Parts: sequence; C-alpha cells; structure tokens
Amino acid sequence: MTGDDTKHLPLEDLHVAAGARFGAFAGWSMPLTYPAGVMKEHLHTREHAGLFDISHMKLFEISGSGAEALLNRACPFDAGALEISQSKYTFFLNEAAGIIDDLIVTRLGRQRFLVVANAGNAEADEKHLRQLALDFDANGEFDAKIEALDRVFLAIQGPEAWAALSRAGIETGSLLFMHGFEPRENWFMSRSGYTGEDGFEIGLPEAGARNLVAKLIEDERVMWVGLAARDSLRLEAGLCLHGLDITPEIDPASAGLMWAIPKEVRASGAFIGADALRAILERGPAQKRVGLKPEGRQPVRAGAALFDADGNPAGHVTSGGFGPSAAHPVAMGYVQASLAKPGAELFADVRGTKIPVDINPLPFTPHRYRKG
Amino acid sequence: MAKTYFTEDHEWLRVEGGIATVGITDYAQEQLGDLVFVELPELGKKLAKGDTAVVVESVKAASDVYAPVDGEITEANTALSSDPSLVNSAATGDGWLWKMKLADESQLEGLLDETAYKAHIG
Repeated sequence: MTGDDTKHLPLEDLHVAAGARFGAFAGWSMPLTYPAGVMKEHLHTREHAGLFDISHMKLFEISGSGAEALLNRACPFDAGALEISQSKYTFFLNEAAGIIDDLIVTRLGRQRFLVVANAGNAEADEKHLRQLALDFDANGEFDAKIEALDRVFLAIQGPEAWAALSRAGIETGSLLFMHGFEPRENWFMSRSGYTGEDGFEIGLPEAGARNLVAKLIEDERVMWVGLAARDSLRLEAGLCLHGLDITPEIDPASAGLMWAIPKEVRASGAFIGADALRAILERGPAQKRVGLKPEGRQPVRAGAALFDADGNPAGHVTSGGFGPSAAHPVAMGYVQASLAKPGAELFADVRGTKIPVDINPLPFTPHRYRKG
Repeated sequence: MAKTYFTEDHEWLRVEGGIATVGITDYAQEQLGDLVFVELPELGKKLAKGDTAVVVESVKAASDVYAPVDGEITEANTALSSDPSLVNSAATGDGWLWKMKLADESQLEGLLDETAYKAHIG
C-alpha cells in the first residue's frame, strides 16, 4: 500500500489525542500502541478492561429469503441451525478447502445475518459473496441482499468490560458468549472478541461511538489498547490471525479448526470446498497447527523454520512473540502431523541458532468467556 | 574525560581510554517499546562498522543494533539477560549494551554530537 491508499479510522483524532503510535496494517493506519506500552496494555486487558478500535474490520448484513442458502454455500456451517442472536465462528473456503477468510456470523432475524470479516479480506469477501449470489440467480428469483455497513467497530475486552459498559449506560446482563443483537437502531453488540477474555464488540455509527468512547475512557478501569497488544493477547489465547496462521493454502483440518464445522455439515454439506475437505479428512492432514513454547526468553517469530532432532525440516512458525501474561515467549506454527504431539523434539532456527521449542497445548492462557 | 557520540541509527557511544560503551538512545527505546530479550555479543568478537552487534527484541519485533565503529567486544551487559527492560528504563545508563575496544579512533570524527543528534530526531 502506498501512503495515498492508506485508510484512516473515523476516530483517528481520538487516538492521536491519546498519544497513539500508528503503523500500517492491512491497508489501514492503525494505533499500534499508546503511551502505556504494549506490556501494560496487554496486562491491563487481562486484569481490567481494554478498549480497541477495530473499525478496520468490516460488517456485512446479508438479508432476504436466500440469505441462508447463500451462507450455507459460502461457509461450512448450517445457517438455518442458528437461533436468532446466536453467533458462530466459520470461514469462507475455496474449492481446495483453503481458508479465504475467517468470520463471525450472527443471526439477527429470520432472514437477516451479520457477518464480521477481516480488514485485509473485506473487499475480496464482498466480491466473493456477490459472485456466489449471482451463481444462484439463474432465474432471477434468488433474493439475498449483501450490504457493507458503515460503522465504527469497538471491542471492549477484559473481566471488567461488562461493568464499564454498565456504567456507560449499556447493560449486558443476559447476553452470553457468542451471542449478539441490535440494542439500538444501527447498533450491533455481541459478547465476543479475540483476546480470550470476556468482552464485547460493538458496531455503531460514528456519533454514537464518540459518545460511548468518551464515557468509557473516563472510567479508570478502561484503557485504550493498540494492535500490538491485540496481537499478543490473541496469540496467548491460541487464536488464528488470517494471513499468518490460516491462509487460502491452509484448510480447517490442518489448522485444527474442525470444531467449527458440525459433523452433519462435514458429511453432507454442499459448501464450497466440501469434496476437498472430505478428501483431506480421509487421508489425514499432512501438517497440523500447534502451540509452540520456546525454551528460555528469546522470542521465535513468524517465518522461523522448525527442525526435528536429526536436523530435518519439520515445519515453520506462523506467529510468534512474547506473551506478557504467560511471561515467556509464545508461538504457533505448522509441523508434520507425526510430530504434532506433546513431547516431540523440535528446534526453531533463529538467526542461525537452534532454539529448542516444546509443543504446548493452546491456549497459553485460559479462556475466560462468559458462557452461562 | 569521557566524551559521548551519537549515530543516525540512534545509538550512543561513551568513549574513555580507547574503549566505547555503546547503547541505544532514549528515542530508540521509545520507538521499540517494551524489550523482552537482548541477544548479546560474544566477548572477543571483532566487528566492522555496520555489522550487527546485538539484536534487541520487543514484544512485537526483533531489531538489529549495528556496530557504530570498528572494534573488538570487551564486555556485554549481562544484567540484560535477566532484565532486558533496563534498556527501556535507563537507555543511556544501566541499559548499555556492550563495550568495545576501538580499532580506529579517527572513525569517531564521523559521528554526531548531542546537539547534532537532537537536530536529527527533530
């Protein structure tokens, strides 16, 4: 991306005023850190509440009598099985069962769904959906409207997120993890997030967002948190970042994400990539995603090659850094299926030095979702 | 009497008796953010100006710190092995990175003084 193409957050002035340091991510100028720094921002989120501006992510509304069929074609899930207000983590797959994007789909009404997509993939996702809708439309009767919503998107994450929202006048009481609804006109709020903590994501018009942020940020429990800590939080939580840990070349079986695909959908689903995925499951994936804990304090980062005890290539690291809550380096990557189990002897090459890494169960820090 | 020099790559050198103590500037540590690991150099290692001497790692990224002049490593700040955050809290003091014996003191003439460095970072 050149400077001229860089997209700016609607609330950028608030981040500037808060002293944010900006960096480019997926075509956007994003706050990476605030003056507190990544370490404090990360730990504050786990202990209190972190406020994230994630307006680079895109919200789509899909509505009409064909919405369900369109989603069932695009995603390996059963849109019809979703209760109203229920959310589900799913993907767009290509014909080879590679992951085009990972998303959260929430059923808003009988024929209305909300899709949250990643920033870098939003345009391609929209094109993909529109093309699929056209494919259905042989006789001109297929009814699925795809609307990209113009919203500020905020996440408030951490054990005190609900209390801070309550003080700001937003009651979250009966909302459970992976559920979402429209509390006001043009608002969407779900109990979800990408930190492993209890928390909420709220899409809303800019004026309302400014009002809400002003109330939240004056609460001492709430701190702005940048993209750097968002990355360390999601990595500790064992959550995949599309473009690194999952890509159009990686299928859900290799990625260890089959929990997101119901058994009956695997067997009979007519989603794109179904045949390829069934073939992969039949022969077993050649490589698998695992958590990796490097020995010592030196971080092992994305791109590092992994070797077995005899020095043979064994895989590679897709995400890595330091886990402020785990208090040690944390990483994820892909290894040959035969080595993807605890106790496997693995080494990561970091600038010519072989660092021993242990296979570590994910997440590194326990999830603390409010499920009931 | 020790004299302090700076580089455009945001390092400082304090030179006394042919030995330079080298670290990164406060500006540099602020840019890097919280450090979590410092890969220290081996004693006796000979470096040419521009060689990577140390790698400092923040939560997010690894960054090279280059030798500002030619010389031989005489000491590494081992306190950073257990507490890399010293570089953040005391970049120009206890957070120094390494000491080196200068091979050619005339190379110092090409470096910045404090006034010039301050003008460089604006």
